[in-house]
Amino acid sequence: MTSLILRTATRFLMSLLLLFSIFVLFSGHNAPGGGFAGGLVVAAALALYAIAFGVESAYQALSVQPQTLIGTGLLLASGSGVVSLLLGQPFMTGQWVSWHIAGLGEVALGTPVVFDIGVYLVVPGVMLLIILSLAEA
Amino acid sequence: MILLAVLSGFALALIAPWVQRLGGGRGAWVISLLPLGLFLFFGHHLLTLDPNAVHTVTYDWIPSLGIRLSFYVDGLSLLFALLISGIGTLVVVYAGVYLADHPHRGRFYAYFMMFMAAMLGLVLTDNILTLYVFWELTSLSSYLLIGFEHERAEARAAAWQALLVTTAGGLALLAGLILLGQAGEVGEFSALLTRHEMLLDHVLYVPIVLLLLIGAFTKSAQMPFHFWLPNAMEAPTPVSAYLHSATMVKAGIYLLARCSPILGGTTLWQSSLTIVGSVTMLVSAYIALQQTDLKRILAYATISALGLMTLLLGVGTSAAVKAAIVYLLVHALYKGALFLVAGAVDHETGRRDVTQLGGLGRLMPLTALAAVLAALSMAGILPFLGFIGKELAYEAVLEAPFWTGVLSSATVVANMLFVAVAGIVGLRPFLGRRPTTLPNTHEAPFLMWLGPLVLAGAGLGAGLQSTWLGEVLVAPAVTAVQGHAVTVELALWHGWNLALWLSIVTLVGGVVIYAGGGTLRQAAVRWKGVARWGPESGYDLGLRALQAVAWGQTRLLQSGYLRYYVLLSMATLVGLVGLTLLQRGEVYGLGNGSDVQFYEAWLAGLILLASLATVRARSRLGAVAALGVVGYGVALMFVLFGAPDLAMTQFLVESLTVILFVLVFYHLPDTTTMSNRASRLRDLVVATAVGGLMAALVGLMHQVQWYASISDYFAEHSLEQAHGRNIVNVILVDFRSLDTLGEITVLAVAGLGVYALIKLRLKRGGEP
Repeated sequence: MTSLILRTATRFLMSLLLLFSIFVLFSGHNAPGGGFAGGLVVAAALALYAIAFGVESAYQALSVQPQTLIGTGLLLASGSGVVSLLLGQPFMTGQWVSWHIAGLGEVALGTPVVFDIGVYLVVPGVMLLIILSLAEA
Repeated sequence: MILLAVLSGFALALIAPWVQRLGGGRGAWVISLLPLGLFLFFGHHLLTLDPNAVHTVTYDWIPSLGIRLSFYVDGLSLLFALLISGIGTLVVVYAGVYLADHPHRGRFYAYFMMFMAAMLGLVLTDNILTLYVFWELTSLSSYLLIGFEHERAEARAAAWQALLVTTAGGLALLAGLILLGQAGEVGEFSALLTRHEMLLDHVLYVPIVLLLLIGAFTKSAQMPFHFWLPNAMEAPTPVSAYLHSATMVKAGIYLLARCSPILGGTTLWQSSLTIVGSVTMLVSAYIALQQTDLKRILAYATISALGLMTLLLGVGTSAAVKAAIVYLLVHALYKGALFLVAGAVDHETGRRDVTQLGGLGRLMPLTALAAVLAALSMAGILPFLGFIGKELAYEAVLEAPFWTGVLSSATVVANMLFVAVAGIVGLRPFLGRRPTTLPNTHEAPFLMWLGPLVLAGAGLGAGLQSTWLGEVLVAPAVTAVQGHAVTVELALWHGWNLALWLSIVTLVGGVVIYAGGGTLRQAAVRWKGVARWGPESGYDLGLRALQAVAWGQTRLLQSGYLRYYVLLSMATLVGLVGLTLLQRGEVYGLGNGSDVQFYEAWLAGLILLASLATVRARSRLGAVAALGVVGYGVALMFVLFGAPDLAMTQFLVESLTVILFVLVFYHLPDTTTMSNRASRLRDLVVATAVGGLMAALVGLMHQVQWYASISDYFAEHSLEQAHGRNIVNVILVDFRSLDTLGEITVLAVAGLGVYALIKLRLKRGGEP
């Protein structure tokens, strides 16, 4: 399927969607969103890309295999739980560090953020693995 | 140190294949250093053991379940530890030659070390649940070793059988140990020792004893669970010598000995042990005579000897326990040696059939020497340790407080058969003239006769040094089993007493049986048909029934059609949950609907209409689009009722689902009506029932609250502990992150599964 309108629109939408997915990921801590929703946005964006430009191009745009996304995500998520283990606390106890940054106020970073990024990688990995291989077939 | 001693075996098991590869021909030597070191360590421990002190070492393992890695060192555990590490050393170097050309030698050592470590753990542990863990580990490594030559179907079947029988017993043991822990209120053997009286009067006493006995009898191949052991002879001979003669099968004896001071002394305990022990001893000694395969003869003789030990532990007097411990040592030495000899003969001639062997004495003099020494100990001839063991056993049964006559005659008859068996395996292959069919062979390599010669020589040396042996090795072990200090004075010469006369009778009878062996075997073979009704056929029947049930059940449940899976799952849900709701007999209303806003009602109507459209749609694409409307409608509901997170995710999932559906439908055949009226009606019924059930559940949730809501807790702690204002997300990634980790793992596995299925189809169908 080749449609000039779809392709042109997709070009614009891709960057917006990906940016939005990152926004959803990080805003999720205080507002609706999170790794799962953000990941789904990524999956939707690339599915759109695959429909507009074909599966091969989608693979190229993704530049890594979906399996790699899944593996990396799982590693990040489980790895974030190990941090507390090393500190002698039960597995998956959240660890936080916070800084005071001028203009932004108190900024806290912790292992749950890493965990959420893991989810953010696993979800599109799984969705794209299924969608792209089905589309190939 | 004890922990290190046990765990070092597991550590070596992990790296054994690499050690073997790097060491090449010397790999076996390198690996044997560990058991040798352990032998010296335990030997040192024994010589410095203070019999009055209790040595326990404890490490926490799973504290919340009361499972501790605790070790208890006493005479009994040290005796076993010495046997395990000592014989282990000899067998490892022996296997280095025996398996010299085997491509998977490294794997063999890995399994072997794992077994050794598990067995050491078993005899040294103090905690009853840790004992169970090690117990099952020995079964598992035994399974791997029996099935070591896994290309052969017989080896696989034998490995399966051994695993199933011993783990079935293991489960009984687990139940028994848990009950024992509950009844005794402690989980350590050392603590249970002081609660003997309390346990005997406990209401759970009978089930505890019966369950533990099933565990011990399956492991030590007592009737009627004995049949796995002869079949386990499919294993390479070093394994048979080590696991299925010297060590693992004695785990059951160990358990009986360990539990004697805790649970023993009752009629139930004594009668079950003596009855099972004596029946096993007699029947399997008789079956041993029917066999012609060297290893199978030895296997049945092993079962018989284990029966004798069970019987002696059942008698339970001080003399009987002493006899059991000495016999344990005697048996490990001579039977290990005879197995290794059988392996050497097999290795050099390629034959194990006693009727085809003979005249090997001149060709393999050192192997023959080992065989003869071991056979003399087995036959119980002066001055071997076997003589002392047999004399002690006779004294014990002659003084038995019950069934003296029966037990004594059974023991004498069994020992006569032992003499005959010793002749068949230890003398006959090496005496007489070499059959013409037998190739002209030569002596086995150094490392192959070293092991049996050391073991058989130890049987002689121990007999000559029996006084020292009794003080150092036997007395602490008997003390441990008796529960109070016992002095042991072993001596070769006890004077002209009844036991010695019985010994002479035994020897004469045994020689007669050996001489008449041919006729006797023919007579015995004639009765072989009886085995068709033996316990092994019960095992076969059980296995077949299990497979039949599994087959039928799989056919019923795994139809391969998605629609039936969904139907079955939904029907089960309605059946189980619906029945529960009906049984409670409460009716849950959904309210009167007065507080429903017009836009909510409108949305609900839209969802209903869209569901109807999905079902009635003529084209697939139409159905998918209508289903999408249902999904979006539900997502809007979430928005209306204040769940923006849920709504957002739902919108995204719906969009992706539509894409997925379109992609899948592309591959489906293009027919519109595939189901008939009856199946549609059935689907309607199930669907309505599920809908009704969900409505009832919603009503239930609305009206009943069994527990206080935890929302407040999360709301309070979300910002303060987890730095987040979005409670839903904080729960997902922080408070309940372990659940989320599980979910994304499942998601990943499911995705990989789908991927594999799609790719598999592509390959089989050729070009897409």
